Amino acid sequence: MAVKPPVPEIPVPVWRNFKDLQQWEETHQQRPGGDKHSTLFESVTEGIHGFPGGFVVTTAADAFFNWARKSSVWPVSFGLACCAIEMMATFASRFDVERLGMVPWASPRHADLMIVSGTVTIKMAPMLTRIYDQMPDPKWALSMGSCANSGGPFRHGYHVVKGVDRVIPVDVYVPGCPPPPESLLNGLLLLQEQIAHFRRTGRRAAPNPKVD
Amino acid sequence: MTYDQARTLVGGQFGGAQVESGPPLVVSLSADAWVPFAQFAKDELRCRFFSFLTAVDWKEPGLEVVARVDNLDDRVSVVMKTRLGPGISTCPSLAPLYRGADWMEREAYDMFGIHFEGHPDLRRILLPDDWEGYPLLKSYAVDTPHPPYR
Repeated sequence: MAVKPPVPEIPVPVWRNFKDLQQWEETHQQRPGGDKHSTLFESVTEGIHGFPGGFVVTTAADAFFNWARKSSVWPVSFGLACCAIEMMATFASRFDVERLGMVPWASPRHADLMIVSGTVTIKMAPMLTRIYDQMPDPKWALSMGSCANSGGPFRHGYHVVKGVDRVIPVDVYVPGCPPPPESLLNGLLLLQEQIAHFRRTGRRAAPNPKVD
Repeated sequence: MTYDQARTLVGGQFGGAQVESGPPLVVSLSADAWVPFAQFAKDELRCRFFSFLTAVDWKEPGLEVVARVDNLDDRVSVVMKTRLGPGISTCPSLAPLYRGADWMEREAYDMFGIHFEGHPDLRRILLPDDWEGYPLLKSYAVDTPHPPYR
């Protein structure tokens, strides 16, 4: 059986054209080739699901894929400001995110996670969007530090984006100025918990009530 | 050269300039004497090092351009200031004289909208090319919207 590459029927959605996160999620769930299984995978899954007791297999398969996804989240090495120093410390041997399966990767095309570590200026925002658009689905974004969360101390400046969620959708916010590596690790663990629920529900997990 | 000698030299050449005793030697000039004084500071006072150039927005009295040049051998620093006057945003450029003034004047143009006449390449240096307005002017609102980012 020949597997055709998916043809996008509607143009790839660009985050800044959307009103809010809900609209973005809706489009992502509706668009073909978006946040869905491949057609082959879906037909196989539905076939198995038809058998008596087959749902056990499909749920197990989902759990397996989720486990695989959350166990190899590769963040793109992308540092913006002083938070990047803490991010580098987290990547280095003392805190060692590699035991969580994270490999800082120097290409957005192989990466699953973007850690926005630092102030996003209006001049930098188009480049950040471009790097985010180059990452393959499924992808996640983590906003690190006060500046990326809300603009931080530069919120009332003339040149700073008031929170990176105005540019790209964000899954986990890590507070701090800058957040120490422990905070970032906590955020990464929360993100892994979110990813563990990713396919089972068919959409992104609700905000995690668990707070540090 | 000492500060006293420098002050005497400046007083002899530029009588109209207001000189405050240093260090550093602060010289307030008219815009016409801006480039001649810079030439004088480079040749006679041997201030070869262009330290910085910036501007101040004094609201109604207008913009003031401030530059500092240093004589590193004799440790003499000269701060030169000029008031452009209310509503005026053109100033002669020091870039043909000091290479270091090039980017500094581009920054002052970027932030204050001062047009330096005679500058070889006057365009924005820090802000994006399509930016509207000059953000360090007092008349620039702090929360000026910049859709879709703020």
